[in-house]
Amino acid sequence: MRYLPKSPTDRAEMLRTIGVGSIDDLFAPIPAEYRLQRDLNIPRQMAESEIVDWFQQRARENGEGYTTFLGAGAYNHYRPVIIDALVSRGEFLTAYTPYQAEISQGTLQAIFEFQSMICELTGMEVANASMYDGSTAAAEAIMMAVRVTGRSSAVVARSVHPEYQQVIKTYATHQGLPLSTVNFAENGRVDRAALEHSITSDTACVLIQSPNFFGTIEDVSAIADLVHSKGALLIVSIAEAISLGIVKPPSDADIVAMEAQSFGVPLGFGGPYCGVLATRDKFVRQLPGRLAGQTTDKQGNRGFVLTLATREQHIRREKATSNICTNQALVALMANIFMTVYGRVGLRELAKQNLAKAAYAADHFSKEAKVLFAGAPRFHEFVVQTTEDPSVLNSRLLGHKIVGGFPLKRFYPELGNAALWCCTELTSRSAIDTVCGLLSEYEESAKTNEPRMQEVAQ
Amino acid sequence: MSITKATRHISQNEGLIFEKSSPGKAAWKLPPLDVPEVDAEKLLGSSVRNDLGEMPEVSEIEIIRHFTRLSTWNYAIDLGMYPLGSCTMKYNPRVNEVVVRLDRLANAHPYAPEKISQGALRILRVLSDALIEITGMDAITLQPAAGAQGEMTGLLMVRAYHESKGNARKKILIPDSAHGTNPATAAMVDYAVENLKSNEQGMVDPAALAAQMNDDVAALMLTNPNTLGVFEHEIAKIADILHAKGGLLYMDGANMNALVGKARPGDFGVDVMHLNLHKTFSTPHGGGGPGSGPVACKQILEPFLPSPVVITKPDGTLGFEYDRPQSVGRVRAFYGNFGMFVRALAYIMANGPDGLRQTTEDAVLNANYIRKELTGTFDLPYSTPSMHEVVFSDKLQGKNGIKTMDLAKRLIDYGFHPYTTAFPLIVPGALMIEPTESESKEELDLFVEAMKSIAREAENEPQTILDAPHNTRISRLDETAAARKPVLRWKRPS
Repeated sequence: MRYLPKSPTDRAEMLRTIGVGSIDDLFAPIPAEYRLQRDLNIPRQMAESEIVDWFQQRARENGEGYTTFLGAGAYNHYRPVIIDALVSRGEFLTAYTPYQAEISQGTLQAIFEFQSMICELTGMEVANASMYDGSTAAAEAIMMAVRVTGRSSAVVARSVHPEYQQVIKTYATHQGLPLSTVNFAENGRVDRAALEHSITSDTACVLIQSPNFFGTIEDVSAIADLVHSKGALLIVSIAEAISLGIVKPPSDADIVAMEAQSFGVPLGFGGPYCGVLATRDKFVRQLPGRLAGQTTDKQGNRGFVLTLATREQHIRREKATSNICTNQALVALMANIFMTVYGRVGLRELAKQNLAKAAYAADHFSKEAKVLFAGAPRFHEFVVQTTEDPSVLNSRLLGHKIVGGFPLKRFYPELGNAALWCCTELTSRSAIDTVCGLLSEYEESAKTNEPRMQEVAQ
Repeated sequence: MSITKATRHISQNEGLIFEKSSPGKAAWKLPPLDVPEVDAEKLLGSSVRNDLGEMPEVSEIEIIRHFTRLSTWNYAIDLGMYPLGSCTMKYNPRVNEVVVRLDRLANAHPYAPEKISQGALRILRVLSDALIEITGMDAITLQPAAGAQGEMTGLLMVRAYHESKGNARKKILIPDSAHGTNPATAAMVDYAVENLKSNEQGMVDPAALAAQMNDDVAALMLTNPNTLGVFEHEIAKIADILHAKGGLLYMDGANMNALVGKARPGDFGVDVMHLNLHKTFSTPHGGGGPGSGPVACKQILEPFLPSPVVITKPDGTLGFEYDRPQSVGRVRAFYGNFGMFVRALAYIMANGPDGLRQTTEDAVLNANYIRKELTGTFDLPYSTPSMHEVVFSDKLQGKNGIKTMDLAKRLIDYGFHPYTTAFPLIVPGALMIEPTESESKEELDLFVEAMKSIAREAENEPQTILDAPHNTRISRLDETAAARKPVLRWKRPS
């Protein structure tokens, strides 16, 4: 086996040193009846070329040459090539969690820079090293708010990513943490009147997403005022990190629960991604996950360590803030490099291109179909209502090598034939125009067929 | 002292990226916009953002140097042995990194129509089948993002199972040798934790278990081999005791590297378990993640698996099944850390059944070789046979005021990453050593030589050890100050 650095002679010699006759003697602690006496029934040992070939076949089965309008929590952005060049360095790739600070300063300083940039972008005072993803970050944020406030329930906006809502439900179910939901208003934003009614003296927090699942930007300040007036915390979930380049940061929130996938992390069929939690300094001891902090060594040199570990499971066991251990360090490094590449000016320009593409698309789509929630600003996603069932429309588009918007019927049946469309800097004008043409074709034929259909029905 | 593995060499200094930033530098260039420019102010109104504060402005070469310099300050498996017990720091094959970056895998959108996701679905299926066979279980979910989330998922399934029988039960039994995640996880799913004391061999005592087992116990969480590296040879009896009173056996698969291809948890009574793809199946640790923590279970727990699951549809294609009324729900968005699945499957294919078996044998061989060579030099608190890792204590060096962490810090000077210190909790001053299969006899001999040399230093020049490490960029850091007045982000000096 090519990964194993031993010759048969080495093995024999080592067995002799140990003082056993055969390798089987070392497995004697396993009762004989449970020792596997056959080969595992798995694929045979393959050559590297065969492995590459097998995965290339799978890649081909995933289809080739499609233009996508999918977003919905996983965004198609360009990834600067230096990201993979740098994260592929063995010293980052094959290092463990930086518990031994003296030989982990590279990872630790990178985490410190990551935390700093997340603070800059979100308007928060402290950020952790990462969480599994945006959904679990949101769930952990709610549990954190319960610890901070001593209250026990939470209100979640229905315009939060539906899968995030499902994860929150799973986490909350057994924590004695009742959840209620608050609907969206005509303009796609959280219904503030309904929200006011749903907050009680037991509400620890309100979780909203901005831009929300429909791409609509919430009025975070106004919601924060309302939530704070009731003594609860406001958690803002951000699924599209690029929005922070041009959308006002949720500085009035108490906790920001983010997904940083857009910052240079491949779509990768849904993971690994990079969750992050950011909050106020005063809540730091209730923050789950790892934190890198600055300190000095004996000679007074600046260095970084994992700190405030008394919050964590390996110290506190069942009293820890969370059971999280391994998180998403290498993915956070990708995000870190991405943020560094675009920086103060580039991130805004990039966000602006996203804004422009979506504005162009929404404008043109609205001539062929109904674009919902026009009454509030949006970033780069929008909801389109069509005469045609979106899954039928999408099958039609697929024939033209286009992956259409995400059909919303499964989660929002009241929106009818609606789908969530996303444009990024990678969406070309010609793809948008092609979709508009295909939409128009159907809508025209639906209009001309309608009277005839009615006649038939009569 | 004689340090043969490492030599000091120049290492570049590097500040924080913010300290290199100045206005007008850039590492990016966008293509010309093919749609009309927009007025962000007008579109976003009061929601518009105009200033990105202290975000850096640097050029590409500076970024390359910045992160390359940082990288050289890290120890890594690629540099040498990383004997962290319980962490299974094995070689991370490079072909894994190549296949995961294949265009249509790396760029596959999780909501792409199933018709154009068949390749990704096939990978989920083939990996699932292989892991089910390796564990001897009946069903699996790949969704959990890491081992700890796998534990949570497994215990949620345990709870759902008991609820389906009318009583969720109240507590989880956890041996005192367990990982910290086990009790933390039990608390997250609202189970009380009851400690189970290990016997003189460092193992679960079936009689003690039988005495503690009752109708309130939902499950026992057991790591096997346990954190001492010892196989719980009474495992079948343990399972019987639990099952007789309606309880379940949860296995923490952190130490699966001792069993793959040699024994299957499903065969010795385990009902549900998680795997750590970033330990046993070679996906890189990346400085602390991403991991992946699939949960495998017996048929009785299958209805409770997280949603969705992969199914074969009537037309023979693969798809996701969301309609699972008894499911514990979803534990993260989408389907799990797919990139780790690709890597783990590439690893399994590179090994095949014979390679996986040889891997396990070599891992156990390496641990026992170290045990043999270092017994006597270091105290071995439990003489029970070791599997893939060995746990010594600092008792012999303690008389000179040297603790396990001091020895570990000195090991750094010798060119090695330290072993796991101060764990498991049942061994005071533990040195927990897991070499994995990835070490050659030469590397092991260097390690043994280093440990023996450090033991001699403990006798003859203890201060050298107490002041270690000597050869690193920085010496021991003031962790107390870091925690007392936390500085967790950069701020422009005022």
